[in-house]
Amino acid sequence: MDDRKEEDLRRAKGVTRRAFLQLMGAGAAASVTGGTSAAQPTPEIIPPGEMSKVTLQINGRRHRLLIEPRWSLLYVIRERLGLTGTKIGCERGECGACTVLINGQSRYACLILAVEAEGIEITTLEGLTKGEDLGPVQQAFVENDAFQCGYCTPGQIMAAEGLLRTNPDPSIEEIRRGMSGNLCRCGTYPNIFKAVRRAAEIRRAKGGA
Amino acid sequence: MKTEEAKLYFVQGLPLPETPKPSQEPKPWKGTEVIGKPMPRVDAYERVSGSAVYPSDTSLPDMLYGAILRCPHPHARVKEVDTSGAEKMPGVRAVISGKTPGADVDWPYLGGKKTKLFAVICRHEGEEVAAVAAETPYQAWDALKKIKVNYEVLPFVVDERKSLEPGVPSIHEGGNRVGEQKYERGDVENGFAEADVVLEESYRTESELHTPMELHGCVAKWDGDRLTLWESTQGVYSVQARVAEVLGLPLSNVRVIGHYMGGGFGSKLQPGKYTIIAALLAKKTARPVKLFLTREETYLCVGNRPPCNMKLKAGVKKDGTLTAFDFSCVATGGAYPANGTGLVDWLIRDLYLCPNVRTKLTDVYVNAGPARPFRAPGHPQGSWALEQMLDALAQAIDMDPVELRLKNIPTYSQAREGNPPYTTTGLKKCLEEGAKAFGWKEARKKEEPKDKGHIRRGVGVASGLWFAGGGGPPSTVVVKFYSDGSANLNMGASDIGTGTKTIMAMVVSEELGIPPKKIQIEHADTGTTQYATPSGGSKTIPTESPTVRAACMDVKEQLFKMAAKDLKTDPSDLMLKKDEVISSSEPSKKMKIADISDFKKRGLILGVGYRGPNPENKVVNPFASQFCEVEVDMKTGEVKVLRFLAAQESGRVMNRLTFDNQVFGGITMGIGFGITEVRVLDGNQTGKIVNRNWHDYKLPTALDVPPKITSMPVELEDPVANSAGAKGLGEPVTIPTAPAIANAIYHATGVRATRTPINPLQLCQLISDRRKEK
Repeated sequence: MDDRKEEDLRRAKGVTRRAFLQLMGAGAAASVTGGTSAAQPTPEIIPPGEMSKVTLQINGRRHRLLIEPRWSLLYVIRERLGLTGTKIGCERGECGACTVLINGQSRYACLILAVEAEGIEITTLEGLTKGEDLGPVQQAFVENDAFQCGYCTPGQIMAAEGLLRTNPDPSIEEIRRGMSGNLCRCGTYPNIFKAVRRAAEIRRAKGGA
Repeated sequence: MKTEEAKLYFVQGLPLPETPKPSQEPKPWKGTEVIGKPMPRVDAYERVSGSAVYPSDTSLPDMLYGAILRCPHPHARVKEVDTSGAEKMPGVRAVISGKTPGADVDWPYLGGKKTKLFAVICRHEGEEVAAVAAETPYQAWDALKKIKVNYEVLPFVVDERKSLEPGVPSIHEGGNRVGEQKYERGDVENGFAEADVVLEESYRTESELHTPMELHGCVAKWDGDRLTLWESTQGVYSVQARVAEVLGLPLSNVRVIGHYMGGGFGSKLQPGKYTIIAALLAKKTARPVKLFLTREETYLCVGNRPPCNMKLKAGVKKDGTLTAFDFSCVATGGAYPANGTGLVDWLIRDLYLCPNVRTKLTDVYVNAGPARPFRAPGHPQGSWALEQMLDALAQAIDMDPVELRLKNIPTYSQAREGNPPYTTTGLKKCLEEGAKAFGWKEARKKEEPKDKGHIRRGVGVASGLWFAGGGGPPSTVVVKFYSDGSANLNMGASDIGTGTKTIMAMVVSEELGIPPKKIQIEHADTGTTQYATPSGGSKTIPTESPTVRAACMDVKEQLFKMAAKDLKTDPSDLMLKKDEVISSSEPSKKMKIADISDFKKRGLILGVGYRGPNPENKVVNPFASQFCEVEVDMKTGEVKVLRFLAAQESGRVMNRLTFDNQVFGGITMGIGFGITEVRVLDGNQTGKIVNRNWHDYKLPTALDVPPKITSMPVELEDPVANSAGAKGLGEPVTIPTAPAIANAIYHATGVRATRTPINPLQLCQLISDRRKEK
């Protein structure tokens, strides 16, 4: 993984941990930050099955949900909200099939708890279309046949979208590095590279964004 | 061909219905307007917008989630399963094990071997012991932890090289030898005596895991005694047959739907125990159940490419004539019969002219997950040995490796009885044109100064053929042609990502002049679409294209009969051009399809097409030659693949976009097989797989493939193969990739890496060993 992504991940952890700690309260904070003193208060434990209220902001819509704190953002997006454009591949941050945009940057939804995602702007594949019209990256993936079975494709598209939002004109090397967090077992990488370049063109022609 | 077809792995164990012969075989296309063009996929919108519903996306009202408890030991007897704790867990609606009434069913393996669905003796890590259905997957996993199992842990063997040694535990009654296959032609000893050079080498290829992006699994729902399955599969009819057999249901009561699927590579040609377990949980709870495996589980029990230990001895004359091959292989299909050595020797027997060949294949059991067919079963393994050997022979007689291959190109299949000819042998053209386009001679000659530093460059070549790839019956396709000029294409075949739907829409478009946008495709549903064998073996295009053509011919025949009445001419005089029916003898006699009186009245024409037989006593095989350039860091052992060129002869190119895409994919997978992928089993202590995730089991990423892969179709006209002139591509394209890299590494470093994967660890060791020798 390249430096940029690592930095992004660190930043994401910072943001989400804060949200997590706010939710869990100060007692949990001490234990999470690793204090070992005997005076440490016992953390509040929310058992499985007990529901917490959470409001998620996905594709510009607010969803108020009751969820178990252990549920991943991926699970909530797919199985509770039915937004199945976000795919499940490994549930441990290896394949990128569940990539979504968190505040405009690409992230693995399987590594984020839904409770951590409160107050964060989340964009899924469905959020890239305007009505029925495909976005530039989606259009470029169609034109360049940048998929086979299509299962990793939503994640690839979200990773490309995240890449182009931070770097609107990436070189081929930057594309390869930027897309290296997303596996494609069908092996369509050369077409994915072409599609990302083409998407950059389309975006620029449309005046960025 | 009959007996050979029966042996084809992708239909093994399936009852194959015979389709009737088509009423007329269409003649080969002369020119094409749609076929061969680079057309984006007809289902691209669904796939990039997220509106495609894959089986794992399926969600039904009141649906539960299933999870499976698996044996943590490589070999154990299940003495007691106590599910009472799990049953009391929140959200749990059913717990089943071997004791549960109705769950005591048999699970069939190849060759008639059967075990129980929930095995009493678990012969590999991950064998199914019990299962749970709960309101959420989290609750299902919680419940699994509360199931108490008393195992009697048994001694194990996971290394196939040790499986036949004395004192090793027997995995099945009668020992660990599954079977042995022998083949011989000519006189091998005589062949070696005639040779100027005889070389012998041992090779090993590691077990490779399919790990398709979509997990294995299904959603199961009962309506009374009728079962519907949304399964991630390559073949809905094969799932239907197996599930009906195991559960004792009539075929008509098992409907399998698999419209989209996220990759299989052979591992989804058949259903899994998970399919049956989902159905049983759904039955017990009277609610739909979704059961998809976790990624870790897919490393244990849904197939692999068997690890192979090969020995090859080869003789060659100074002029490049091959005189003899003697090949042996010990491999394993895991803990149950699974064709561990299937087709490993095929290339040695068939690819190059050689009068004297002997092969011996030994398939053994080990305590590891059973194999499933994996993209070109056996071939990449055999190719690894054969193509490296050819490289070494060429060097020994001081001949260019391309020249040596060109010297030994057969036009007939030596390994089949009666030596039937190939319909086309594209190998020569693949080698010649590929070498030219790659700049082989120049790249090969480029001598680098020895003191140039620690970066070395080299180029390598390898070739291959694919044993199947010609397709054949059975297949039935229905084309519904509406009088408004639109059509519905109904076929049972799955589109596993190769572009089947797109290419079949192109065939309809070519034949009936309908724009693909006006063709609706209904496929991969045993309830509503026609019989097809699973999409595997690189046979879907050559099987289904002629069938779709035949269905279109049937439509046209009926259409012309109707138009002939209006035009007052003979139907045989008519032809279709865009949206008009025209008389070929009097081109002024024509009319719009929409105006044909009988067609207007009827509203639609139903055309039925059957797949006709393949040509008798001829073999339809695709060929390939691949060239690559690598860069090796002599200090770190890192290999960078700089560029690849694949010259592929697969008959007619049906869609240039999907063709090139298959080529990229096959090479990417070959790179993984050659330099990154290995299943690691802890042979000494636990017998467990230690790299059951994509972090430790490394697939090629965007950074591991060369930025430049050239797909070079070598298009030969093949009017004999089938009426589309197309042969398979998906499998042949991954066969020679890994040995081409190994040969390039040898060219770069002078070190021959005979084991996969050629990772830095192995290569550093080999480089350092060679330094010591010097």
